[in-house]
Amino acid sequence: MKHQDADVLVIGGGHAGCEAAYAAARAGAKTLLLTLKLSDIGVMSCNPAIGGLGKGHLVREIDAMGGLMGLAADHSGIQFRLLNRRKGPAVRGPRTQSDRVLYRRAVAEILASQGNLRVVEGEAAAFSREGDEIRGVRLANGAEINASAVVLTTGTFLRGTIHIGMQSHAGGRIGDPASHMLADQLREMVSGIGRLKTGTPPRLRKDSIDWNKTELQQADTNPAMFSYLSDRPCVEQIACGITHTNEKTHEIIGNNLARSAMYGGKIQSVGPRYCPSIEDKVTRFQDKASHQIFLEPEGLTSDLVYPNGISTSLPTDVQVSYVRSIAGLENAVIAQPGYAIEYDFVDPQVLDHGLRLKDVRGLFLAGQINGTTGYEEAAAQGLIAGLNAAFAATGRQAISLARNEAYIGVLIDDLITRGVSEPYRMFTSRAEFRLSLRADNADQRLTPKAQELGLITEERRAKFSAKMALLEQGHALLRSSDATPSEIAAHGIDINQDGRRRTAEALLSFPNIVFEKLEPIWPALQVIDPGTRDQLTIEALYAHYIWRQQKDVESLQKDERLVIPDWVIYSEIGGLSAELTIKLERVRPPSIGHAARIDGMTPAALTLILAHLRRGTRESA
Amino acid sequence: MAVIRVSGPGAFGICAKLCGTVPDPGQHKLRTLRGCENQTIDQALVLSFTAPSSFTGEDVVEFQTHGARAVIDAVLRELTYLGARPAEAGEFTRRALENDKLSLGEVEGLADLLAAETKAQLDQAHKVLAGQLHELAEALRARLLRGLAHLEAMIDFADEEVPEDLSREALGELDEALSMIATEISGSVVAERLRDGFEVAIVGPPNAGKSTLLNYLAGRDAALVSEVAGTTRDVVEVRMDVRGLPVTFLDTAGLRQSDDVVERMGIDRAMSRAAAADLRVFLLLDSAWTGSIPRKTQDVVVLGKADTQNGDVSGVTGKGVDVLLERIHEVLSEKVALIGSATHFRHREALVQAERALDEARAVLSEDAHRVEVAAYYVRMAVSVLEGLVGRLDVEAVLGEIFSSFCIGK
Repeated sequence: MKHQDADVLVIGGGHAGCEAAYAAARAGAKTLLLTLKLSDIGVMSCNPAIGGLGKGHLVREIDAMGGLMGLAADHSGIQFRLLNRRKGPAVRGPRTQSDRVLYRRAVAEILASQGNLRVVEGEAAAFSREGDEIRGVRLANGAEINASAVVLTTGTFLRGTIHIGMQSHAGGRIGDPASHMLADQLREMVSGIGRLKTGTPPRLRKDSIDWNKTELQQADTNPAMFSYLSDRPCVEQIACGITHTNEKTHEIIGNNLARSAMYGGKIQSVGPRYCPSIEDKVTRFQDKASHQIFLEPEGLTSDLVYPNGISTSLPTDVQVSYVRSIAGLENAVIAQPGYAIEYDFVDPQVLDHGLRLKDVRGLFLAGQINGTTGYEEAAAQGLIAGLNAAFAATGRQAISLARNEAYIGVLIDDLITRGVSEPYRMFTSRAEFRLSLRADNADQRLTPKAQELGLITEERRAKFSAKMALLEQGHALLRSSDATPSEIAAHGIDINQDGRRRTAEALLSFPNIVFEKLEPIWPALQVIDPGTRDQLTIEALYAHYIWRQQKDVESLQKDERLVIPDWVIYSEIGGLSAELTIKLERVRPPSIGHAARIDGMTPAALTLILAHLRRGTRESA
Repeated sequence: MAVIRVSGPGAFGICAKLCGTVPDPGQHKLRTLRGCENQTIDQALVLSFTAPSSFTGEDVVEFQTHGARAVIDAVLRELTYLGARPAEAGEFTRRALENDKLSLGEVEGLADLLAAETKAQLDQAHKVLAGQLHELAEALRARLLRGLAHLEAMIDFADEEVPEDLSREALGELDEALSMIATEISGSVVAERLRDGFEVAIVGPPNAGKSTLLNYLAGRDAALVSEVAGTTRDVVEVRMDVRGLPVTFLDTAGLRQSDDVVERMGIDRAMSRAAAADLRVFLLLDSAWTGSIPRKTQDVVVLGKADTQNGDVSGVTGKGVDVLLERIHEVLSEKVALIGSATHFRHREALVQAERALDEARAVLSEDAHRVEVAAYYVRMAVSVLEGLVGRLDVEAVLGEIFSSFCIGK
């Protein structure tokens, strides 16, 4: 079989790979997506859910850039819930459980309808290299695929090892082989390859659960969607069950810790602290008599249930007995045991802001291979890596998003600046400009940029500009409507009687004044539609804080503009500590702003670097 | 004399409010500096430079004021009130670099200078950390960390098994932090030193003339503030003003061997107090004498009884006392410079700003616990201005605190 050459070759059909291929194709590059099995395109290997706090923000941003994850989640969502609904809009996170089958189907359909893009089944065996440049891959069947740029998204497949109790075997996911040759080649090319681990719970048969003994959690009655193109869920909404572990469960687990892969000493790699196994929870929080478990149906037609909260690497027989000690699960049948998986990851400090390897030309990495966890984190990286691969292949300028622009920017900057010591997950607390990076305004932040890059459809462009026109109209109305304190008070709004006229916009910035209270004062505001009202209210609520943070944004931008060229050799700068020199050599920050975020950086050291740059520029001048 | 420089596009506007009119560039004029209530602060020589012809490449106004702490502090306070802020360490140099105002030679020399400056800062930070500020910094850091962790847990782990409303816990931590800050603002360490005085211990063998010297100092000086009997019978304190610096002299009269248990306890206390003093004056009869108190580099050694033998100082005739006081003043002034005015002003300013931000956080949270993201915004602001004092408190530290306090994870 002889494949036609491509501009961009994406290896891996998971969430990073699919988003990367879709982005590269949208950017106009002839793209090939290589996957082990066509049927596994867009598969959810772990929990059947998309979004959440911080993660939901990422999905909205991917969608605002024209990506696919939001659309696929909306097409397959069976339980939409907006987390933090009662808290401030900046920290609300959309989430849904998805029907696995429908999700996969949605991804496959979106990819199939995209021009420039072909999906190919096959196993990448080795990179084809020319010097330090990647030219494509050789497949396990001997065929070669040549491409100008390659995006590698191997997930947990690089030297993956699956552990169930004391048993372990090579595998990238349960039932799938691991990749070893690629892993060996990668080890030759880059330094800083490490091991991480993650885990997954046993899957239960739906009809073996006594649902009467569980509490139920319903979907939201007014669901918040992911995509700016969606209005409502596409399929029926269902409830989840909630049950709890008990002392008996903990006793069984405690008695069998030595047989757990993690506690029996089989696994030394670091796992995520926010996604502990049930063994971890029982051991570390001994005073807790019970832990919550969400029983999440894997789909409308699936007979499987994902018990969220009890991931484990205990042997199967122990899994059976602890599961059956839980209310509602007394007769539960385990369809597939839980397991832990260890895999290779690349220290992302070897990447630049476009997720390109700094020392290997033509190679981009995205997803779990960079030490992250989560579908959304993977997809966000896929988007950026795919775009940059396409731009590199077609001679366009690389793009990256800044920390003040997007959670995607925070994610990638964190990864390449600090590296990872445990699987990296997004949290809203990671974003220092959290009040301006909201799920509600991801389109306002990113769609214009995507449009400029030629990434969005006419449908999206039209919808976005209609929204913006309404919003501008609304702003103008709010600003031009003003009244005296006594006029305002006459309508039942408690306000300081200082004689100063106030605009409707100023009133809206008070957290206790809702839009509807303004209408009696200024009937002209009635023309504003509900969606625009919500947006105006949110913007007014945070306007003050965002204005105050603007100074921080400006100083960040100023420092980002102070470029550190490639010729800098940090060991030649006198006065830098040995530790900082090593970190700087590794990260090779492209700007003073980026250098400032390196752990342990001091103002004096930054000045030293600046001084060195000035000297260098003069000498070369 | 002290030099205070204000740099940046707003320099002229801000400084005009302090000194009336700013002299034309290149000119230096004597001006009266007045505070916001029109009170006179000082007479100062004022110079101005316009961008780009200044050291930083920006508009710069320079004040040459009297060196007294009270004056420097008042000028800095007024400038801050008018909209300036204390420069960060090395910020002037950095601006000069960014505006390309340094010659190649100056850039060359900068590395050494910065390395030295960093070391001096480190020494100073170490000094602060080894002293009373250390405890404050640690305690404050812990409170802020826990306060922020509770707020962030409410936001980022709302779908986990953390209690839904942790605002009371968070408020408790913020209150503690606020009260520490308030205490510190009302009396920071340097202020305390300048208020309560430096301790100078006079040590030496019995009969070297220590008490006589102290009595001479006490009796002679019109600026004598108070005379207090020592807290133990072995330490006598005399407070006086040494060329503008408040100094408490300790006469450790009883530094001798003793078999009496009670007296021994007193001597031990006296010795540890002398060892901990800011400076020791060893008054000896024989320069070869070594006592049990370790001598530090800056300590002053003089030979006593200059009235009867070939010594340096006499408490009977007053011979050599002026020279001794001059030496003491010199050493203590260096210490004042080291715990520099600007650094402490910076700390105090940071504490004031942090207090303001934490008050806002408190108000938001007590009014509506659901506005936790706004409360967190203010706490983060406080944490960021206090970075110089409590160290960087980044998201990893906050997450670490959350994961160790709550069972997170599904």
